[in-house]
Amino acid sequence: MALYSNHLLSVILFTPLVGALLLLLVPREAELAHKLVGNLFGVLGFLVSLPLILHFQAGSGDYQFREVADWIPSIGAKYALGVDGISMLLVMLTTLLGMIALTSSWGAIHNRTKEYYILLLLLQTGMIGVFVSLDFFLFYVFWEVMLVPMYFLIGVWGSDRRLYAAIKFFLYTLAGSVIMLLGILALYFNYAKMLPANTTATFDIPTLLAAAQSFPDSLKVWLFWGFFFAFAIKVPMFPFHTWLPDAHTEAPTAGSVILAGVLLKMGTYGFLRFSLPLLPANPLLRSKIVNILIVLSLVGIIYGAIVCLMQKDMKRLIAYSSVSHLGFCTLGIFALTPQGLSGSVLQQINHGISTGALFLIVGVLYERRHTRLISEFGGLATPMPGFAAIYLIISLSSLGMPLLNGFIGEFTILQGTFVVSKAWAAWATLGIVLGAAYLLWLYQRTMFGPVTHEVNKTLPDLNFREYAVLVPLVALAFWIGIYPKPFFNYLEKPVQRIVQQVNPSFYQSASSTSSSGAIASSTSITSPVPAANSAETK
Amino acid sequence: MNAPGYFLTHIWLIPLFPLIGAALMYFFGRRMPKEAVNLFCVGSVFLSFVYALGAVLTMFALPANERFYQQILYQWVTPGAMPTAAGTVNFVADWGYLLDPLSCVMIIVVTFVGFLIHVYSMGYMAHEGGYYRFFGYLNLFMFSMLTLVLANNLLLLFVGWEGVGLCSYLLIGFYFLKKSASDAGKKAFIVNRIGDTGFLLGLLLVSATFGTVRFTTQGLGNPAGYAGILQTLSGMMEHHQLAFGAPVFTAMALLLFVGATGKSAQIPLYVWLPDAMEGPTPVSALIHAATMVTAGVYMVARMSAIYQLAPEALDVVAIVGTTTAIFAATMAMVQTDIKKVLAYSTVSQLGYMFLALGVGAFAAGIFHLMTHAFFKALLFLGAGSVIHSLSGEQDIRKMGALRYAIPATYWPFLMATLAIAGIPPLSGFFSKDEILGHAFNRHLTADRYLALWVVGLATAGLTAFYMFRLLMEVFYGMSRVPVELEGHIHESPKTMTVPLWILMVFTIISGWLALPVLWGEESPFERFLEPSLRGVETDTQAIVFAHHGMLVEVALMGASVTIAGLGFYLAYKLYLENPKLHGRIAATWPRLHSLLVHKYYVDEIYDALFVNRVKDLSTALGVFDSKVIDGLGVDGTGWLTRYFSRISMWWDKWIVDGLVNLLGWFPRMLSMPVRMFQTGVFSTYAVFILVGLAILLGYYGHHVQVFVRSLH
Repeated sequence: MALYSNHLLSVILFTPLVGALLLLLVPREAELAHKLVGNLFGVLGFLVSLPLILHFQAGSGDYQFREVADWIPSIGAKYALGVDGISMLLVMLTTLLGMIALTSSWGAIHNRTKEYYILLLLLQTGMIGVFVSLDFFLFYVFWEVMLVPMYFLIGVWGSDRRLYAAIKFFLYTLAGSVIMLLGILALYFNYAKMLPANTTATFDIPTLLAAAQSFPDSLKVWLFWGFFFAFAIKVPMFPFHTWLPDAHTEAPTAGSVILAGVLLKMGTYGFLRFSLPLLPANPLLRSKIVNILIVLSLVGIIYGAIVCLMQKDMKRLIAYSSVSHLGFCTLGIFALTPQGLSGSVLQQINHGISTGALFLIVGVLYERRHTRLISEFGGLATPMPGFAAIYLIISLSSLGMPLLNGFIGEFTILQGTFVVSKAWAAWATLGIVLGAAYLLWLYQRTMFGPVTHEVNKTLPDLNFREYAVLVPLVALAFWIGIYPKPFFNYLEKPVQRIVQQVNPSFYQSASSTSSSGAIASSTSITSPVPAANSAETK
Repeated sequence: MNAPGYFLTHIWLIPLFPLIGAALMYFFGRRMPKEAVNLFCVGSVFLSFVYALGAVLTMFALPANERFYQQILYQWVTPGAMPTAAGTVNFVADWGYLLDPLSCVMIIVVTFVGFLIHVYSMGYMAHEGGYYRFFGYLNLFMFSMLTLVLANNLLLLFVGWEGVGLCSYLLIGFYFLKKSASDAGKKAFIVNRIGDTGFLLGLLLVSATFGTVRFTTQGLGNPAGYAGILQTLSGMMEHHQLAFGAPVFTAMALLLFVGATGKSAQIPLYVWLPDAMEGPTPVSALIHAATMVTAGVYMVARMSAIYQLAPEALDVVAIVGTTTAIFAATMAMVQTDIKKVLAYSTVSQLGYMFLALGVGAFAAGIFHLMTHAFFKALLFLGAGSVIHSLSGEQDIRKMGALRYAIPATYWPFLMATLAIAGIPPLSGFFSKDEILGHAFNRHLTADRYLALWVVGLATAGLTAFYMFRLLMEVFYGMSRVPVELEGHIHESPKTMTVPLWILMVFTIISGWLALPVLWGEESPFERFLEPSLRGVETDTQAIVFAHHGMLVEVALMGASVTIAGLGFYLAYKLYLENPKLHGRIAATWPRLHSLLVHKYYVDEIYDALFVNRVKDLSTALGVFDSKVIDGLGVDGTGWLTRYFSRISMWWDKWIVDGLVNLLGWFPRMLSMPVRMFQTGVFSTYAVFILVGLAILLGYYGHHVQVFVRSLH
């Protein structure tokens, strides 16, 4: 038990891997056994992560559950794990969606099940590893480990153009990560230069990022752009997004769920954790960079949403909606305000829930009809009323209906952005209008009206397993929409720490705004009712 | 302050009852018999009504200035610190309810009219499929609407705001097998969303300026511990950080008003409401006439403290309202669908309400909101009863003389028509007269405001005209009902007619709350609302309301009644006395008539300007995405890489490798002659040896001879 409580993160990290190793021993023909072991470890992987929430100290901005062991002493690489509120939530999202992805594959995958489950479990370990690593070396290993199983998942179990999509996904992401590796090495060696001779430098993430604060701006700018490509491709930001529709569309359902739900968050997580501290200190230079990223985010929001409208393939449509939604996440990050950051992380969770569920929904239809073309459906509300109800809730959650999760995230991001620049927020709201348009139109075309294809008349409604997979996501969507406070509590301190590090002026002067576009009427105003406002802290 | 009492401490139950009803329908509705659906869904709204009534009566017992009760259930959105004009604050939006005179009026109207419409629906929807679904949506709507009017902050109000929009979407598209119905639902939602962006930005501006979105701290147990818009606002005014007419007020007011134009169907976002008539008629009555569409009016009144400080914004509100009122009234004159006439009439009446708000007469706007809720709900329910009795016919050209066949529907419909036309002493007369009176007063401060009154008065005439036209076409004259329907005309069931008669009572009497105005006193209704609408007292430039004398008051009333009578007279002339006349008039001005019938082609213009352009843009960007970014950028990079790899392969093969090969070629060339002898065949070697020996012997033979000779 002590092993468990002292090495909680390691247990969470390696549970899926144990499952994968166990599966190696199962004979190749025993399909049922593969499914059982796969599902078992999916559920187990989620269960072992639950204590993380129970024992997490929300009041602290520090990394918790830390584990450190020497790994490659000669270069200073360590096996260092730890989570703060941000990564804790992302780990929980990963274990939950991992479980759901594994469970959802029961009826969908029938060939090479052994390899399938091994790869999914391996992927799970890779993703958790990225979020819990506190050592750049370890982080990079997990970052690359993730690529391989995903490549095979798309390439082997995907649909028609799977090879093209898989290779595109692999090469595109790899290109980004290689540049990041250079960035990591640059960080490492520049830090080593600061140390006295003959000491081994470290790959420790907090140490390196803290040291980076004293780097000259010229170096920081290079480092920033070095990391930028890896993350921008992963997110994906406009114009690096085109691998996503192909990968999403060709991947099997579980792959799409994981891809949208978790993999994309690696990019936003990277921005948040690594890119922000690398922003140059010179305010002019910094706002120049921030402006570029904000503009890319806004273009992503609007562009993604508009392109959604003309898609004929459901999965492609949802893929483009991801571009739009992730634009909100990066917008929140680069607003550099506590609300922007909190909202961004929350929206990352929300996107995992809603878009994950949307892919499951397409998966439900795909299993029944083996097509994803919108024109093949229509009028499904009549044969599948239960499905229609859940699908509607998920659509609403994705388009930001209040009382569901998406609204809280979008609103918080907009609030965090608005105090920096009203124009940014105004452009972003365009995405909200278009979001309603493409999601409701999709819903109308698939669910409403008379049944247009004879085969669709007899489609069975959701079965128990499908309900079991979708209902937890619906419940979570309501939870975040109605009572988001626990989530905000987890995020408050870590976000505060980040803002103090990257945008210290925010907390120093009460009413000045961060990088650009100050509120017109605010500068000369001091607080008239400080008592009333400050009394309302808790 | 005394203990608040049972009903006040339980106001949280008022929205909760219908929510439970909706949840029950969602989970178990499909398996429930109709009786159970009625019990849960209609019962829940009845309970809401009882609790609302109890709370309001408790409020009445309190002195006028203490009629505030606020209940915070929990902290809902707590995203952290934000810089505001009022300093850095921790932003908090509660899940909390505020009961004050304004919300008192609203919850009574919503629960009372809502309950009656629920009862009515039991009869109207009795033969429809999806009974439980209908009532589930309707209950969900009640929850959203009550959240909207009870919310103690702007963000929670937005929850209700979006919630009612969603229910509207679901209920318009209730007959989802019809394409036109699901199209109309989608249109309503998206148009509303366009307005909502304005609302959202206004909300953000409010939160960034005041650091809170809570309307007020009045009615909280410990007001000092909380922030409220009203208090922060007056604090900032006192410290001269913000002044009357500051641009930030105008910006807030206008942005929020954009939201109101969406929800309350004003120019330019009114286009969804006529289409919304695709929904079942009780929905049109409840959502698209009595309650939801008035949400914009309510919201502006709720934010009156801000609007009072933004005179330019108020002018915009007044102009938009007045323009919408007359614009919609002209379209109502030529519609032939009974529900479409009423829909345009609703748009027009909402315009009146905004006119009231725009001239600063917030209470008058709410007054008209209330009376309109009664008589317009009655008109829609009456229309529903007519449609029901004609087995679904909605075209007024196929009606006529129905007053004999369905008298229980006729009488309430008649009263409601008189009310909306502004005939004394019915409710509509009082509320419309209040608005016109205030519009007239406004002109006493500046002449240009006279236009508002003139247009408002003209609209009153048009209103009387199109309403009496409707009444005469449906209930008077010769029957034009198709023969096959003629025999089936039947009065609606009691569940439908009883609500009509109850609403009729309120249609008649609800205006009397303003009766003392007749003898020059202040309206009790306005006095009741005053604490909610008081706003911030400013020392400078505030809108001064001039008051007119008794004589002017009587003259104004006379003008309204006269113009209503004129409208009636015209309708009588054109549709009853000589029914062919209106056709001839239409034929005289075919262009004008067709312009009106086609609703000024606004839908077509919007399609051409916006909808189709967005679609084009989407197609273009889609092509751009696949051809340029993906094709040129990504695949292009891939192609280039492969191309370069081919070049480098060539280079590798011919240059790099070629050089090496060249180096190898030299010795090979040099060795070639030698290699030719290395055949590996022994006999050849033997021949070579012999040949060599022979050559050697031939060459050296002489020497050999000499040598041999020398031996001798």
